[in-house]
Amino acid sequence: MSLFLAKRFATLIGTLLFTSIVIFIVLEILPGDPALLILGIDAQPGQLEVLRQQLGLNDPAWTRYWHWVGGLLTGDFGISYAYKVPVWELIGERLQLTIPLAFISMALTAFLALVLGVYAAANHNKTGDVAIMATSQVGISIPSFWFAILLILLFAVHLGWVSAGGFPGWGAGLVPALASLILPAISLAIVQAAILARITRSSVLEVMREDFVRTARAKGVSKRAVLWGHVLRNAMIPVITVMGVQFGNLIAGTIVIEQVFTLPGLGRLMFQAINQRDLELIKNVVMLLAVFVVTINFIVDMLYVVIDPRLKVHDV
Amino acid sequence: MAALLEVEDLHVTLETSRGPADAVRGVSFALERGETLGIVGESGCGKSMTALGLIGLLPERARTRGAVRLDGRDLLTMSEGELCGIRGNRIAMIFQEPMTSLNPVHPVGRQIAEPLMLHRGLNRAAAREEALRLLDRVGIPNPAARIDAYPHQMSGGQRQRVMIAIALSCNPDILLADEPTTALDVTIQGQILDLIRDLVDERGMSLILISHALGVIAENTRRMLVMYGGRVVESGPVGEVFGRMAHPYTRGLFAAIPRLGDGRARDRARPLATITGTVPELADMPPGCAFAPRCDLAVDACRLAQPPLLSIGHDHVAACIRTDHTVGVPA
Repeated sequence: MSLFLAKRFATLIGTLLFTSIVIFIVLEILPGDPALLILGIDAQPGQLEVLRQQLGLNDPAWTRYWHWVGGLLTGDFGISYAYKVPVWELIGERLQLTIPLAFISMALTAFLALVLGVYAAANHNKTGDVAIMATSQVGISIPSFWFAILLILLFAVHLGWVSAGGFPGWGAGLVPALASLILPAISLAIVQAAILARITRSSVLEVMREDFVRTARAKGVSKRAVLWGHVLRNAMIPVITVMGVQFGNLIAGTIVIEQVFTLPGLGRLMFQAINQRDLELIKNVVMLLAVFVVTINFIVDMLYVVIDPRLKVHDV
Repeated sequence: MAALLEVEDLHVTLETSRGPADAVRGVSFALERGETLGIVGESGCGKSMTALGLIGLLPERARTRGAVRLDGRDLLTMSEGELCGIRGNRIAMIFQEPMTSLNPVHPVGRQIAEPLMLHRGLNRAAAREEALRLLDRVGIPNPAARIDAYPHQMSGGQRQRVMIAIALSCNPDILLADEPTTALDVTIQGQILDLIRDLVDERGMSLILISHALGVIAENTRRMLVMYGGRVVESGPVGEVFGRMAHPYTRGLFAAIPRLGDGRARDRARPLATITGTVPELADMPPGCAFAPRCDLAVDACRLAQPPLLSIGHDHVAACIRTDHTVGVPA
């Protein structure tokens, strides 16, 4: 592993450690007694004390912190206060929706953005470029939940091609499950693709002005082959950086779209956990999201090195 | 027999923020097979634009006029697809900046192999074999270890050798070298020029060498064009041009070369000769001779009309009406 990646990996571990401490302290400071929450306000002081003892709430903070982190490392995420089931089961169930939805949205985003962005750059200042840039401006401006409602009206209500919401689960078969994810994926992808297409375009335009592009043309490589074979890879660093941020958003920040399509995703689980003051669940979901985001960033860093060999020796 | 390359009245017009600018205004020359031609002039005189115009690699919004005939076929009217078959195959080019002229994310071997696969239809393995031979020929030590190196792992001189290997790969008829040594250390410059000269001799290629340095042109080419303000102001065999120096601009360039004196006080006291004034803006060239505003010999007639190319000697012409004051007069 290169020095660059070794450093990035150390950053990843450090970030996660820091995040876990912050999460723990914030939940520690928040008022509220989990035992009281579980047993209700009519509970006897004796019962409460027994439960506190069972949950380890009377232990010193650092013992509870190490207990939690140790549990995370061994796959023991604790029991949800509100649902009385292991937290991992709740999260695992929701990930079955959130992860595929994030991947489908990201694939759509990347496809649309690369095709449109590269096309716009190749036709710089011509009609196609202007049209794509104007459309992407609209794409950036519209709220995704509003666009989602328009999609529901057209494809679910008028045309009746897909259902307006809900998720049948993968047990219902691949096709019905995927069908229920199409509209949410499109709603999420449109805004992101609009942003990413603009970044792709400007990055490609910048690389097209480089000397090595002229060298490739002087070798007899056609304009199109130069664009895909020489320019695109050099233009990818800013593009994948933004893609990494967007993928993180797709995992952690899709609560509005989940609400519109009544999808049981991670965002809604988080929302419910907050409503029910299910601190055990909140703590672990937030930590899991942090793990996702930090891991995605690390993967993006690894892709930098794959894309640009100069990073193997130099730091960025 | 017709020349290998005939350039006839080539014009290049660029779109600038100040309106259209004629970077090249009626350049004509012919290049025989195996001939070496130098183009010399200051920055902005149109020498690079002439070279890029030949192979259709001008900036997007540039326009060309005239004719560039390779074996009688006009490159300026060719389709883009046909031009791609000529570039890198029959006419190859080396650029000034070896640091930025190679793709930073591809190994050099792959960059040398690309034209071989494109023009000669070699498969990947055969192209790699050939790339190894080329790296060896251009003097990269231990090519087997260097073929998978990336440009950033090489020095400027080595990168320029790689550029030469790319240009040579398909045995072109014409090598266009645009200031190939300007960005390199002085010690490396000589090595690269020697390499280019050896390869030109060895393969019988024609060479168009562009430089701002008269010395580089004198040592490496047989015939030369002196360009100023987008026009050829003097052309002829190198010996003739240096011997007679008919155009005041050529004389100015020659006088501006720094020389080591014999150490006497007179030499030390003499300042370096310069050509006063600056190159006129492309967008507002004077109507007459473009050099007239900077020329000691200029008379009213020079400023009124562009002087025609007048014969000075065998195959030697100069665009100056005052050559009676230059030819035979020591610079």
